[in-house]
Amino acid sequence: MGKTEALIVALILVAVVSVAGMIIYVKTTAKERLRISTTTSLYDTGLLEAIRSHYEAKRSIDIQIISRGTGLALKLAQDGDADMILVHAPSKEMLFLKQGYGVCRKIIAYNFFAIVGPEADPAEIRGLTTLEAMTKIVEAGRNGQAIWVSRGDDSGTHIKEKELWEAAGFAWEDLRSETSWYVEASKGMGGTLILASERSAYTLTDMGTYLSHSAAGLIDLKVLISQEEELLNVYSAIAVNQTRHPHTNFSGAINFIKFLVSDEGQQLISDYGKDEYGQPLFYPAVKPLQENTDPVADSIREYAFFNGTECPVEYRNGHPELYG
Amino acid sequence: MNSEIIEITLRSIYVSGTATLLSATWSLPLGLAIGLRDFYGKRFVKGVFNAFLGMPTVVLGLILFLLIRHAGPFGFLNLLFTPLAIIVGQAILITPIMVSFTTSAVESIDPEVRDLAKTLGATEIQASLAVLKEAAGGTLLAFIASFNRAIAEMGVAYMVGGSIPGFTMVLTTAIALQRDMANIELGLALATILLSIVFAINLTLNLIQKRRP
Repeated sequence: MGKTEALIVALILVAVVSVAGMIIYVKTTAKERLRISTTTSLYDTGLLEAIRSHYEAKRSIDIQIISRGTGLALKLAQDGDADMILVHAPSKEMLFLKQGYGVCRKIIAYNFFAIVGPEADPAEIRGLTTLEAMTKIVEAGRNGQAIWVSRGDDSGTHIKEKELWEAAGFAWEDLRSETSWYVEASKGMGGTLILASERSAYTLTDMGTYLSHSAAGLIDLKVLISQEEELLNVYSAIAVNQTRHPHTNFSGAINFIKFLVSDEGQQLISDYGKDEYGQPLFYPAVKPLQENTDPVADSIREYAFFNGTECPVEYRNGHPELYG
Repeated sequence: MNSEIIEITLRSIYVSGTATLLSATWSLPLGLAIGLRDFYGKRFVKGVFNAFLGMPTVVLGLILFLLIRHAGPFGFLNLLFTPLAIIVGQAILITPIMVSFTTSAVESIDPEVRDLAKTLGATEIQASLAVLKEAAGGTLLAFIASFNRAIAEMGVAYMVGGSIPGFTMVLTTAIALQRDMANIELGLALATILLSIVFAINLTLNLIQKRRP
Protein backbone atom coordinates (compact mmCIF):
# COMPACT_ATOMS: atom_id res chain seq x y z
CA MET A 1 0.00 0.00 0.00
CA GLY A 2 1.39 3.40 -1.01
CA LYS A 3 1.68 6.47 1.12
CA THR A 4 -1.37 8.17 -0.37
CA GLU A 5 -3.57 5.13 0.12
CA ALA A 6 -2.41 4.83 3.71
CA LEU A 7 -3.24 8.49 4.24
CA ILE A 8 -6.71 8.07 2.78
CA VAL A 9 -7.41 4.99 4.87
CA ALA A 10 -6.21 6.89 7.94
CA LEU A 11 -8.47 9.79 7.05
CA ILE A 12 -11.52 7.57 6.71
CA LEU A 13 -10.66 5.83 9.97
CA VAL A 14 -10.34 9.11 11.86
CA ALA A 15 -13.62 10.36 10.43
CA VAL A 16 -15.44 7.14 11.32
CA VAL A 17 -13.99 7.04 14.82
CA SER A 18 -14.88 10.69 15.50
CA VAL A 19 -18.44 10.27 14.33
CA ALA A 20 -18.84 6.95 16.14
CA GLY A 21 -17.40 8.49 19.30
CA MET A 22 -19.95 11.26 19.10
CA ILE A 23 -22.83 8.84 18.51
CA ILE A 24 -21.79 6.76 21.49
CA TYR A 25 -21.41 9.88 23.61
CA VAL A 26 -24.86 11.15 22.67
CA LYS A 27 -26.71 7.82 22.87
CA THR A 28 -25.22 6.14 25.89
CA THR A 29 -24.65 8.81 28.49
CA ALA A 30 -26.13 7.09 31.50
CA LYS A 31 -27.63 10.36 32.66
CA GLU A 32 -31.27 11.14 32.29
CA ARG A 33 -31.88 14.00 29.89
CA LEU A 34 -34.41 16.79 30.37
CA ARG A 35 -34.84 19.23 27.53
CA ILE A 36 -36.41 22.55 28.44
CA SER A 37 -37.33 25.13 25.87
CA THR A 38 -37.67 28.49 27.49
CA THR A 39 -38.42 32.15 27.08
CA THR A 40 -35.21 34.12 26.73
CA SER A 41 -35.74 36.36 29.77
CA LEU A 42 -35.33 33.46 32.20
CA TYR A 43 -32.12 32.31 30.55
CA ASP A 44 -30.51 35.57 29.49
CA THR A 45 -30.72 36.97 33.01
CA GLY A 46 -28.74 33.94 34.19
CA LEU A 47 -31.51 32.66 36.49
CA LEU A 48 -32.02 29.39 34.66
CA GLU A 49 -28.28 28.68 34.57
CA ALA A 50 -28.19 29.18 38.34
CA ILE A 51 -31.16 26.84 38.84
CA ARG A 52 -29.64 24.30 36.46
CA SER A 53 -26.30 24.05 38.26
CA HIS A 54 -28.09 23.85 41.62
CA TYR A 55 -30.43 21.10 40.39
CA GLU A 56 -27.78 19.07 38.55
CA ALA A 57 -25.38 19.18 41.50
CA LYS A 58 -27.56 16.82 43.52
CA ARG A 59 -29.00 14.65 40.77
CA SER A 60 -27.81 12.50 37.93
CA ILE A 61 -29.53 14.47 35.21
CA ASP A 62 -28.53 16.50 32.18
CA ILE A 63 -30.66 19.58 31.79
CA GLN A 64 -30.55 20.93 28.26
CA ILE A 65 -31.83 24.45 27.83
CA ILE A 66 -32.95 25.89 24.53
CA SER A 67 -33.53 29.60 24.94
CA ARG A 68 -35.54 31.05 22.05
CA GLY A 69 -38.53 33.04 23.19
CA THR A 70 -42.03 31.92 24.10
CA GLY A 71 -43.30 31.54 20.53
CA LEU A 72 -40.66 29.07 19.47
CA ALA A 73 -40.62 27.40 22.89
CA LEU A 74 -44.29 26.53 22.43
CA LYS A 75 -43.70 25.36 18.86
CA LEU A 76 -40.81 23.07 19.80
CA ALA A 77 -42.81 21.53 22.63
CA GLN A 78 -45.85 21.15 20.39
CA ASP A 79 -43.76 19.09 17.94
CA GLY A 80 -42.27 16.97 20.72
CA ASP A 81 -38.81 18.48 20.44
CA ALA A 82 -38.73 19.44 24.14
CA ASP A 83 -39.84 17.80 27.39
CA MET A 84 -41.16 20.92 29.08
CA ILE A 85 -41.45 24.66 28.62
CA LEU A 86 -41.00 27.79 30.70
CA VAL A 87 -43.04 30.61 29.20
CA HIS A 88 -44.84 33.86 29.96
CA ALA A 89 -47.89 34.24 27.73
CA PRO A 90 -51.01 33.04 29.60
CA SER A 91 -53.33 33.32 26.59
CA LYS A 92 -51.05 31.12 24.48
CA GLU A 93 -50.58 28.72 27.38
CA MET A 94 -54.30 28.08 27.69
CA LEU A 95 -54.44 27.28 24.00
CA PHE A 96 -51.47 24.97 24.42
CA LEU A 97 -53.28 23.02 27.16
CA LYS A 98 -56.57 22.97 25.26
CA GLN A 99 -54.98 21.59 22.13
CA GLY A 100 -53.63 18.73 24.22
CA TYR A 101 -49.93 19.53 23.88
CA GLY A 102 -49.22 20.42 27.49
CA VAL A 103 -50.23 19.30 30.96
CA CYS A 104 -49.52 20.12 34.61
CA ARG A 105 -49.12 23.87 34.29
CA LYS A 106 -47.71 25.59 37.35
CA ILE A 107 -47.20 29.30 37.85
CA ILE A 108 -43.67 29.65 39.17
CA ALA A 109 -42.80 33.34 39.30
CA TYR A 110 -43.86 36.85 38.38
CA ASN A 111 -42.42 40.28 37.92
CA PHE A 112 -43.38 43.39 36.03
CA PHE A 113 -42.70 44.55 32.55
CA ALA A 114 -41.53 48.12 32.22
CA ILE A 115 -41.98 50.77 29.60
CA VAL A 116 -38.56 52.29 29.06
CA GLY A 117 -37.56 55.24 26.96
CA PRO A 118 -35.14 58.13 26.57
CA GLU A 119 -34.42 60.35 29.55
CA ALA A 120 -35.96 63.34 27.72
CA ASP A 121 -39.30 61.48 27.50
CA PRO A 122 -40.66 63.32 24.42
CA ALA A 123 -44.13 61.74 24.79
CA GLU A 124 -44.29 62.88 28.43
CA ILE A 125 -45.42 59.57 29.87
CA ARG A 126 -43.68 59.78 33.26
CA GLY A 127 -46.17 59.34 36.06
CA LEU A 128 -49.04 58.26 33.80
CA THR A 129 -50.87 54.96 33.98
CA THR A 130 -49.82 52.31 31.49
CA LEU A 131 -52.74 52.74 29.14
CA GLU A 132 -52.56 56.55 29.20
CA ALA A 133 -48.89 56.24 28.38
CA MET A 134 -49.56 53.94 25.43
CA THR A 135 -52.05 56.47 24.06
CA LYS A 136 -49.57 59.33 24.53
CA ILE A 137 -46.86 57.40 22.71
CA VAL A 138 -49.16 56.82 19.73
CA GLU A 139 -50.04 60.55 19.61
CA ALA A 140 -46.42 61.63 19.89
CA GLY A 141 -45.44 59.00 17.34
CA ARG A 142 -47.98 60.25 14.83
CA ASN A 143 -46.70 63.79 15.38
CA GLY A 144 -43.19 62.60 14.64
CA GLN A 145 -41.96 63.22 18.19
CA ALA A 146 -41.50 59.67 19.44
CA ILE A 147 -40.57 56.23 18.20
CA TRP A 148 -41.77 52.88 19.53
CA VAL A 149 -39.69 49.73 19.05
CA SER A 150 -41.56 46.44 19.15
CA ARG A 151 -40.01 42.99 19.61
CA GLY A 152 -42.01 41.85 16.60
CA ASP A 153 -41.06 38.20 17.15
CA ASP A 154 -44.12 36.57 18.75
CA SER A 155 -42.28 36.31 22.06
CA GLY A 156 -44.08 36.57 25.39
CA THR A 157 -43.11 40.23 25.62
CA HIS A 158 -44.44 40.86 22.12
CA ILE A 159 -47.72 39.15 22.96
CA LYS A 160 -47.99 41.35 26.07
CA GLU A 161 -47.34 44.42 23.96
CA LYS A 162 -50.16 43.51 21.58
CA GLU A 163 -52.52 43.00 24.54
CA LEU A 164 -51.58 46.42 25.90
CA TRP A 165 -52.28 48.16 22.59
CA GLU A 166 -55.63 46.47 22.48
CA ALA A 167 -56.43 47.46 26.06
CA ALA A 168 -55.52 51.05 25.21
CA GLY A 169 -57.99 50.94 22.32
CA PHE A 170 -55.68 50.48 19.34
CA ALA A 171 -55.60 47.74 16.75
CA TRP A 172 -52.06 46.47 16.69
CA GLU A 173 -52.29 45.55 13.01
CA ASP A 174 -53.02 49.22 12.20
CA LEU A 175 -50.18 50.59 14.32
CA ARG A 176 -47.85 48.14 12.68
CA SER A 177 -48.46 49.75 9.29
CA GLU A 178 -47.49 53.18 10.65
CA THR A 179 -43.84 52.53 9.97
CA SER A 180 -42.75 56.14 10.48
CA TRP A 181 -42.76 55.68 14.24
CA TYR A 182 -43.61 52.00 14.91
CA VAL A 183 -40.45 49.94 14.40
CA GLU A 184 -40.37 46.15 14.53
CA ALA A 185 -37.04 44.84 15.76
CA SER A 186 -37.53 41.09 15.13
CA LYS A 187 -34.83 40.59 17.72
CA GLY A 188 -34.48 39.18 21.21
CA MET A 189 -35.03 41.50 24.16
CA GLY A 190 -31.38 42.54 24.35
CA GLY A 191 -31.21 43.44 20.66
CA THR A 192 -34.53 45.28 20.89
CA LEU A 193 -33.30 47.36 23.84
CA ILE A 194 -30.11 48.26 22.01
CA LEU A 195 -32.10 49.30 18.94
CA ALA A 196 -34.47 51.39 21.08
CA SER A 197 -31.51 53.03 22.79
CA GLU A 198 -29.78 53.82 19.48
CA ARG A 199 -32.93 55.48 18.18
CA SER A 200 -33.96 57.14 21.48
CA ALA A 201 -37.20 55.20 21.31
CA TYR A 202 -39.69 53.69 23.74
CA THR A 203 -40.12 49.97 24.19
CA LEU A 204 -41.65 47.35 26.46
CA THR A 205 -39.14 45.19 28.31
CA ASP A 206 -38.81 42.68 31.10
CA MET A 207 -36.93 44.13 34.07
CA GLY A 208 -34.19 41.47 34.13
CA THR A 209 -32.92 42.08 30.62
CA TYR A 210 -33.21 45.85 31.09
CA LEU A 211 -31.14 45.80 34.28
CA SER A 212 -28.40 43.57 32.90
CA HIS A 213 -28.05 45.69 29.76
CA SER A 214 -28.10 48.93 31.72
CA ALA A 215 -25.45 47.66 34.11
CA ALA A 216 -23.24 46.65 31.17
CA GLY A 217 -23.57 50.15 29.72
CA LEU A 218 -25.10 48.85 26.49
CA ILE A 219 -28.19 51.02 26.64
CA ASP A 220 -29.13 54.51 27.70
CA LEU A 221 -32.82 54.20 28.55
CA LYS A 222 -34.78 55.02 31.68
CA VAL A 223 -37.61 53.07 33.30
CA LEU A 224 -40.61 55.36 32.87
CA ILE A 225 -43.46 53.10 33.91
CA SER A 226 -43.31 49.93 35.97
CA GLN A 227 -44.95 48.06 38.84
CA GLU A 228 -48.37 48.68 37.31
CA GLU A 229 -50.99 45.98 37.39
CA GLU A 230 -51.32 46.02 33.61
CA LEU A 231 -47.62 45.31 33.33
CA LEU A 232 -47.76 42.09 35.34
CA ASN A 233 -45.57 39.35 33.87
CA VAL A 234 -46.30 35.78 34.95
CA TYR A 235 -44.00 32.83 34.27
CA SER A 236 -45.30 29.26 34.10
CA ALA A 237 -43.87 25.79 33.69
CA ILE A 238 -45.75 23.27 31.54
CA ALA A 239 -44.86 19.63 30.90
CA VAL A 240 -45.29 18.22 27.40
CA ASN A 241 -48.21 15.78 27.23
CA GLN A 242 -46.73 12.31 27.08
CA THR A 243 -49.88 10.79 25.62
CA ARG A 244 -49.21 12.96 22.61
CA HIS A 245 -45.45 12.51 22.50
CA PRO A 246 -44.57 9.19 24.18
CA HIS A 247 -40.81 9.70 23.72
CA THR A 248 -40.63 12.74 26.00
CA ASN A 249 -39.24 12.68 29.52
CA PHE A 250 -42.47 13.32 31.41
CA SER A 251 -41.37 12.16 34.87
CA GLY A 252 -38.23 14.30 34.58
CA ALA A 253 -40.35 17.30 33.68
CA ILE A 254 -42.72 16.73 36.62
CA ASN A 255 -39.79 16.39 39.03
CA PHE A 256 -38.29 19.63 37.77
CA ILE A 257 -41.61 21.47 38.05
CA LYS A 258 -41.97 20.15 41.60
CA PHE A 259 -38.53 21.51 42.37
CA LEU A 260 -39.37 24.93 40.90
CA VAL A 261 -42.46 25.29 43.12
CA SER A 262 -40.76 23.82 46.23
CA ASP A 263 -39.51 26.14 48.97
CA GLU A 264 -35.97 25.53 47.79
CA GLY A 265 -36.75 26.42 44.18
CA GLN A 266 -38.82 29.45 45.11
CA GLN A 267 -36.01 30.70 47.35
CA LEU A 268 -33.54 30.43 44.46
CA ILE A 269 -35.89 32.49 42.29
CA SER A 270 -36.41 35.22 44.89
CA ASP A 271 -32.72 35.54 45.75
CA TYR A 272 -31.46 35.68 42.21
CA GLY A 273 -29.97 39.01 41.11
CA LYS A 274 -30.25 40.70 44.53
CA ASP A 275 -26.48 40.97 44.92
CA GLU A 276 -25.83 42.11 41.39
CA TYR A 277 -28.68 44.56 40.84
CA GLY A 278 -29.73 45.45 44.37
CA GLN A 279 -33.21 44.14 43.66
CA PRO A 280 -34.66 40.76 42.83
CA LEU A 281 -35.40 40.16 39.15
CA PHE A 282 -38.19 37.66 39.77
CA TYR A 283 -40.64 37.18 42.61
CA PRO A 284 -41.77 33.71 43.70
CA ALA A 285 -45.45 33.15 42.90
CA VAL A 286 -46.32 30.05 44.91
CA LYS A 287 -46.57 31.59 48.38
CA PRO A 288 -48.60 34.69 47.46
CA LEU A 289 -51.11 32.46 45.70
CA GLN A 290 -51.40 30.15 48.73
CA GLU A 291 -51.52 32.81 51.41
CA ASN A 292 -53.63 35.34 49.57
CA THR A 293 -52.45 38.27 51.70
CA ASP A 294 -50.55 40.09 48.98
CA PRO A 295 -52.89 41.93 46.59
CA VAL A 296 -50.69 40.75 43.71
CA ALA A 297 -52.28 37.31 44.14
CA ASP A 298 -55.56 38.66 42.81
CA SER A 299 -53.82 40.30 39.88
CA ILE A 300 -52.08 37.04 39.02
CA ARG A 301 -55.40 35.18 39.22
CA GLU A 302 -57.10 37.65 37.00
CA TYR A 303 -54.32 37.72 34.44
CA ALA A 304 -52.99 34.18 34.35
CA PHE A 305 -55.69 31.82 35.72
CA PHE A 306 -58.08 29.84 33.55
CA ASN A 307 -61.56 29.27 35.02
CA GLY A 308 -60.28 30.11 38.49
CA THR A 309 -57.28 27.78 38.48
CA GLU A 310 -53.72 27.77 37.19
CA CYS A 311 -54.40 24.42 35.55
CA PRO A 312 -57.92 23.02 35.02
CA VAL A 313 -58.40 19.52 36.48
CA GLU A 314 -58.59 17.79 33.11
CA TYR A 315 -55.04 18.91 32.31
CA ARG A 316 -53.43 17.72 35.53
CA ASN A 317 -52.65 14.30 34.14
CA GLY A 318 -52.58 12.27 37.33
CA HIS A 319 -50.58 14.76 39.34
CA PRO A 320 -53.10 16.32 41.74
CA GLU A 321 -50.34 16.66 44.36
CA LEU A 322 -48.96 19.61 42.36
CA TYR A 323 -52.08 21.57 43.19
CA GLY A 324 -52.13 21.25 46.99
CA MET B 1 -15.68 30.96 33.39
CA ASN B 2 -12.28 29.99 32.02
CA SER B 3 -13.05 26.30 31.89
CA GLU B 4 -16.27 27.18 30.07
CA ILE B 5 -14.34 29.10 27.40
CA ILE B 6 -11.95 26.19 26.92
CA GLU B 7 -14.81 23.72 26.75
CA ILE B 8 -16.64 25.75 24.09
CA THR B 9 -13.45 26.23 22.06
CA LEU B 10 -12.58 22.52 22.15
CA ARG B 11 -16.13 21.59 21.22
CA SER B 12 -16.01 23.97 18.26
CA ILE B 13 -12.74 22.52 16.99
CA TYR B 14 -13.94 18.95 17.53
CA VAL B 15 -17.31 19.48 15.85
CA SER B 16 -15.98 21.37 12.83
CA GLY B 17 -12.91 19.12 12.55
CA THR B 18 -15.06 16.00 12.51
CA ALA B 19 -17.40 17.65 10.02
CA THR B 20 -14.43 18.34 7.73
CA LEU B 21 -13.18 14.74 7.95
CA LEU B 22 -16.66 13.34 7.45
CA SER B 23 -17.23 15.53 4.43
CA ALA B 24 -13.85 14.47 3.00
CA THR B 25 -14.96 10.83 2.89
CA TRP B 26 -17.41 11.69 0.11
CA SER B 27 -16.12 15.03 -1.19
CA LEU B 28 -12.62 13.88 -2.07
CA PRO B 29 -13.72 10.90 -4.21
CA LEU B 30 -16.36 13.12 -5.79
CA GLY B 31 -13.87 15.90 -6.56
CA LEU B 32 -11.40 13.39 -7.90
CA ALA B 33 -14.01 11.77 -10.14
CA ILE B 34 -15.21 15.10 -11.54
CA GLY B 35 -11.66 16.35 -12.05
CA LEU B 36 -10.39 13.23 -13.79
CA ARG B 37 -13.26 12.24 -16.00
CA ASP B 38 -14.80 13.80 -19.04
CA PHE B 39 -18.51 13.23 -19.15
CA TYR B 40 -21.60 14.81 -20.59
CA GLY B 41 -22.75 17.66 -18.33
CA LYS B 42 -19.45 18.02 -16.50
CA ARG B 43 -19.54 21.80 -16.75
CA PHE B 44 -23.05 21.76 -15.39
CA VAL B 45 -22.07 19.60 -12.41
CA LYS B 46 -19.12 21.86 -11.65
CA GLY B 47 -21.39 24.88 -11.99
CA VAL B 48 -23.81 23.42 -9.45
CA PHE B 49 -21.08 22.87 -6.88
CA ASN B 50 -19.74 26.36 -7.51
CA ALA B 51 -23.20 27.83 -7.05
CA PHE B 52 -23.58 26.09 -3.69
CA LEU B 53 -20.27 27.52 -2.48
CA GLY B 54 -22.20 30.51 -1.24
CA MET B 55 -25.02 28.53 0.40
CA PRO B 56 -26.39 30.74 3.19
CA THR B 57 -25.82 28.78 6.37
CA VAL B 58 -29.18 29.60 7.95
CA VAL B 59 -31.02 28.34 4.87
CA LEU B 60 -29.27 25.00 5.15
CA GLY B 61 -29.85 25.13 8.92
CA LEU B 62 -33.56 25.67 8.43
CA ILE B 63 -33.88 22.86 5.87
CA LEU B 64 -32.02 20.45 8.15
CA PHE B 65 -34.08 21.55 11.14
CA LEU B 66 -37.28 20.72 9.27
CA LEU B 67 -35.87 17.33 8.24
CA ILE B 68 -34.61 16.15 11.64
CA ARG B 69 -37.13 17.63 14.07
CA HIS B 70 -39.28 15.04 15.75
CA ALA B 71 -42.18 15.54 13.33
CA GLY B 72 -39.86 15.58 10.31
CA PRO B 73 -39.00 12.64 8.02
CA PHE B 74 -35.75 11.93 9.90
CA GLY B 75 -37.17 12.63 13.36
CA PHE B 76 -36.73 9.02 14.40
CA LEU B 77 -32.94 9.51 14.45
CA ASN B 78 -33.28 11.86 17.45
CA LEU B 79 -30.61 14.10 15.98
CA LEU B 80 -32.11 17.52 16.69
CA PHE B 81 -30.11 19.67 19.13
CA THR B 82 -27.17 17.26 19.34
CA PRO B 83 -23.52 17.85 18.39
CA LEU B 84 -23.90 15.14 15.75
CA ALA B 85 -26.57 17.21 14.00
CA ILE B 86 -24.10 20.11 13.72
CA ILE B 87 -21.39 17.77 12.44
CA VAL B 88 -23.61 16.36 9.70
CA GLY B 89 -24.95 19.83 8.83
CA GLN B 90 -21.52 21.39 8.55
CA ALA B 91 -20.25 18.40 6.57
CA ILE B 92 -23.01 19.03 4.03
CA LEU B 93 -22.35 22.79 4.11
CA ILE B 94 -18.67 22.40 3.19
CA THR B 95 -19.13 19.68 0.58
CA PRO B 96 -19.24 22.18 -2.34
CA ILE B 97 -16.03 23.84 -1.13
CA MET B 98 -14.19 20.59 -0.80
CA VAL B 99 -15.44 19.21 -4.11
CA SER B 100 -14.64 22.40 -6.04
CA PHE B 101 -11.18 22.79 -4.53
CA THR B 102 -10.32 19.15 -5.13
CA THR B 103 -11.63 19.29 -8.69
CA SER B 104 -9.51 22.30 -9.59
CA ALA B 105 -6.49 20.85 -7.84
CA VAL B 106 -6.82 17.62 -9.79
CA GLU B 107 -7.46 19.43 -13.07
CA SER B 108 -4.30 21.47 -12.63
CA ILE B 109 -2.23 18.29 -12.65
CA ASP B 110 -0.81 17.25 -15.98
CA PRO B 111 -3.04 14.48 -17.38
CA GLU B 112 0.12 12.63 -18.32
CA VAL B 113 0.58 11.61 -14.68
CA ARG B 114 -2.49 9.42 -14.89
CA ASP B 115 -1.65 8.10 -18.34
CA LEU B 116 1.87 7.31 -17.26
CA ALA B 117 0.68 5.48 -14.16
CA LYS B 118 -1.69 3.46 -16.30
CA THR B 119 1.04 2.66 -18.81
CA LEU B 120 3.10 1.38 -15.91
CA GLY B 121 0.30 -1.06 -15.13
CA ALA B 122 -1.62 0.82 -12.44
CA THR B 123 -5.32 0.13 -11.99
CA GLU B 124 -7.85 2.95 -12.42
CA ILE B 125 -7.93 3.60 -8.66
CA GLN B 126 -4.18 3.49 -8.29
CA ALA B 127 -3.82 5.95 -11.17
CA SER B 128 -6.37 8.30 -9.55
CA LEU B 129 -4.47 8.13 -6.29
CA ALA B 130 -1.27 9.01 -8.10
CA VAL B 131 -2.97 12.17 -9.36
CA LEU B 132 -4.32 12.97 -5.89
CA LYS B 133 -0.80 12.64 -4.55
CA GLU B 134 0.44 15.17 -7.08
CA ALA B 135 -2.43 17.45 -6.12
CA ALA B 136 -1.67 17.16 -2.39
CA GLY B 137 -1.19 20.92 -1.93
CA GLY B 138 -4.55 21.73 -3.48
CA THR B 139 -6.25 19.01 -1.47
CA LEU B 140 -4.82 20.37 1.76
CA LEU B 141 -6.18 23.74 0.72
CA ALA B 142 -9.60 22.11 0.37
CA PHE B 143 -9.40 20.79 3.95
CA ILE B 144 -8.31 24.10 5.41
CA ALA B 145 -10.86 26.21 3.58
CA SER B 146 -13.60 23.76 4.57
CA PHE B 147 -12.67 23.73 8.24
CA ASN B 148 -12.50 27.50 8.17
CA ARG B 149 -16.01 27.81 6.78
CA ALA B 150 -17.34 25.22 9.25
CA ILE B 151 -15.92 26.75 12.41
CA ALA B 152 -16.96 30.28 11.43
CA GLU B 153 -20.54 29.44 10.45
CA MET B 154 -23.44 30.02 12.78
CA GLY B 155 -26.67 29.23 10.92
CA VAL B 156 -26.39 25.44 11.08
CA ALA B 157 -25.00 25.37 14.62
CA TYR B 158 -27.82 27.60 15.84
CA MET B 159 -30.69 25.96 13.96
CA VAL B 160 -29.93 22.27 14.48
CA GLY B 161 -27.57 22.52 17.45
CA GLY B 162 -29.78 24.78 19.54
CA SER B 163 -26.80 26.30 21.37
CA ILE B 164 -27.46 24.25 24.51
CA PRO B 165 -24.94 25.23 27.20
CA GLY B 166 -22.56 22.38 27.98
CA PHE B 167 -23.79 20.31 25.03
CA THR B 168 -24.09 22.01 21.65
CA MET B 169 -22.89 25.56 22.29
CA VAL B 170 -20.04 26.43 19.91
CA LEU B 171 -17.97 29.60 19.57
CA THR B 172 -20.24 31.41 17.11
CA THR B 173 -23.49 30.73 18.96
CA ALA B 174 -21.82 31.47 22.31
CA ILE B 175 -20.72 34.90 21.06
CA ALA B 176 -24.26 35.75 19.99
CA LEU B 177 -25.64 34.54 23.33
CA GLN B 178 -23.15 36.58 25.36
CA ARG B 179 -24.39 39.72 23.60
CA ASP B 180 -27.96 38.81 24.55
CA MET B 181 -26.83 38.24 28.13
CA ALA B 182 -24.95 41.57 28.16
CA ASN B 183 -21.69 39.74 29.00
CA ILE B 184 -19.58 41.82 26.66
CA GLU B 185 -16.19 40.79 28.10
CA LEU B 186 -16.88 37.10 27.75
CA GLY B 187 -18.26 37.68 24.26
CA LEU B 188 -15.10 39.53 23.28
CA ALA B 189 -12.92 36.79 24.73
CA LEU B 190 -14.74 34.15 22.67
CA ALA B 191 -14.62 36.39 19.59
CA THR B 192 -10.86 36.79 20.01
CA ILE B 193 -10.42 33.03 20.16
CA LEU B 194 -12.51 32.48 17.05
CA LEU B 195 -10.63 35.22 15.20
CA SER B 196 -7.29 33.71 16.22
CA ILE B 197 -8.33 30.31 14.92
CA VAL B 198 -9.57 31.74 11.62
CA PHE B 199 -6.50 33.98 11.19
CA ALA B 200 -4.12 31.13 11.95
CA ILE B 201 -5.87 28.98 9.37
CA ASN B 202 -5.83 31.68 6.71
CA LEU B 203 -2.15 32.30 7.35
CA THR B 204 -1.45 28.61 6.77
CA LEU B 205 -3.59 28.78 3.67
CA ASN B 206 -1.52 31.66 2.29
CA LEU B 207 1.74 29.90 3.03
CA ILE B 208 0.58 26.79 1.19
CA GLN B 209 -0.64 28.79 -1.78
CA LYS B 210 2.69 30.60 -2.00
CA ARG B 211 4.55 27.33 -2.12
CA ARG B 212 2.42 26.00 -4.92
CA PRO B 213 3.92 26.42 -8.39
